[in-house]
Amino acid sequence: MSTSTIHDIGYRHYEGRRSGRGYVLRSLYVHNLRAAWGLGRPARAKVMPFLLAAIMLLPAAGSVAAFAFTGEEEALIPYSSYAVTLSVIISIFLATQAPVLASREIRFQVVPLYFSRPVGHLDFVLAKLGALATAAFALTAVPVSVLYFGGLVAKAPDSSQHLLDYLAGLVGCGLFALVLSAIAMPVAAFTPRRGLGVAAVIAVFMISTTVVAIVQEIAEARTNFTLQGWAGLFAPFNLVDIVQVRLLGAESSSAGVPSGTAAGLIALAICAALVAGSVAVLYRRFRKAGLS
Amino acid sequence: MPIIAIQGLTMRFPRVTALDDLTVAVEPGVVGLVGANGAGKSTLIKILLGLQPPTAGTATVLGYDIARDGLRIRESVGFMPEYDCLPPDVSATEFVVHMARMCGLPPTAARERAADTLRHVGLYEERYRPIGGYSTGMRQRVKLAQALVHDPKLVFLDEPTNGLDPAGRDEMLDLIRRIGAEFGISVLVTSHLLGELERVCDHVVIIDGGRLLRSQAVEAYTAASGALTVEVDEGRDDLGRMLFDQGVSVRPEGRFLVIDIAGEKTYDLVRDGVAELGLRLVRMEQRRHHIEEVFQDGPPAPVPQQGAPR
Repeated sequence: MSTSTIHDIGYRHYEGRRSGRGYVLRSLYVHNLRAAWGLGRPARAKVMPFLLAAIMLLPAAGSVAAFAFTGEEEALIPYSSYAVTLSVIISIFLATQAPVLASREIRFQVVPLYFSRPVGHLDFVLAKLGALATAAFALTAVPVSVLYFGGLVAKAPDSSQHLLDYLAGLVGCGLFALVLSAIAMPVAAFTPRRGLGVAAVIAVFMISTTVVAIVQEIAEARTNFTLQGWAGLFAPFNLVDIVQVRLLGAESSSAGVPSGTAAGLIALAICAALVAGSVAVLYRRFRKAGLS
Repeated sequence: MPIIAIQGLTMRFPRVTALDDLTVAVEPGVVGLVGANGAGKSTLIKILLGLQPPTAGTATVLGYDIARDGLRIRESVGFMPEYDCLPPDVSATEFVVHMARMCGLPPTAARERAADTLRHVGLYEERYRPIGGYSTGMRQRVKLAQALVHDPKLVFLDEPTNGLDPAGRDEMLDLIRRIGAEFGISVLVTSHLLGELERVCDHVVIIDGGRLLRSQAVEAYTAASGALTVEVDEGRDDLGRMLFDQGVSVRPEGRFLVIDIAGEKTYDLVRDGVAELGLRLVRMEQRRHHIEEVFQDGPPAPVPQQGAPR
């Protein structure tokens, strides 16, 4: 190997600026956001997220096309129910991408390299959780926006009401993204093998949703509508839907929703607790990984 | 001013004592930290980075206290872990740029520094390929590059020659020497092989079982020992007998004769003896100590234990 040319250049010291915590946090966030979509990675890593994003877009595009063709307002999917309707796709997205952010750097022992630099543990966790939530938000918000702007172009009636619904729908998308990421990240962080992580996240979403659906069905059969509504707190998609229905004025798209604004506030508090708990768990997990 | 000053540092884990009342000061330059596997080297580095609070004792790195100014320390040092720490699916360039940004380097500077540093450690075209396909030698270079990319004042290199073949080992040692001499960056390099560090270090600290065994300049370990090694093609025993008869203290060792130097005259006696017997003299050199000897006259040589605690 010819190393003679190296010597000629010589080592130069870096005298330039070293930015502080805000810049590092931002860089970390962007890096993780790109990782969540497979950007800067081989093509293989991009297939899954973009395929799922394309699938997410199909119903929205179809819905707008059907509306433009028939003029039936029924053909437009309500903004707030979009995420619930496509919960399976969103679950798969989080299951495949959460391990990319949460366990990949633990598995390859990259984490200590961050903490031997001026990167704080809390910043590290917030950047990762924020990046996954942003990725999940984009996954749902883009098709919802397609619905809105499609409807606008196709001249759907009552445009001011549509705008309000759309904005409420976006808030709902954000809440979905945050809560679902907060559940997916710790699950993935504790299953270092990628395949297991994917399965574990899917299992958590699917099993909770299925069990709640069964409980709600039994409750409905026994005409216990109170239990039917409150059972929704135990599955992430139903939980956020309760907030949407009771606080954001959306129409219910779940089997049962508890009545009253208080129910919405309780659901919102549970969402906040989930996110806070997730940050705490991830903080401890990555701190430990940083010392390996 | 010492770059690292350690005072009574103790680190106890539930089952083992990794460091036991260690006190040592280290001056700028290339410093070797030697100890058997499990002697407490990696633990010491983690404590010096301010990542793990010690059970007792204090230390300063670059004048910063490990307990209070951990962040300042981590801004000014680089760290190359002993284990593999590279994600396989990104290129070396992408990875090192990212690590530079994690030290606060703005995007353009991060890219320039990453390209420079990768070239300095000897990675060229291959730096655009994913790291997963790299050889051990190349991976070690990437690990070294990420430790240097932000132009630290001090780098901790934990077992940088681990897993390298002899040629790769030589190249890595050469790089370490250049980091100290040309780059002007102080180095704390650990190894369990003393012979390696003897070649690149100015100063060697030896710890064993978490205690300080010896801390001194390399020359002090390798000072001339007052013995002469003589190698002749054949007739070693004849020469030995002849010198012995003349009152020279001589003993065979392998293919050589080891002769205690009594004064200038000893050299003459060897020369005359070789000439008289008509032997072919291959070499005659003054013997130097090896750092290894520290372990021979110190406590019993440590038996390598399995796997240092991670």
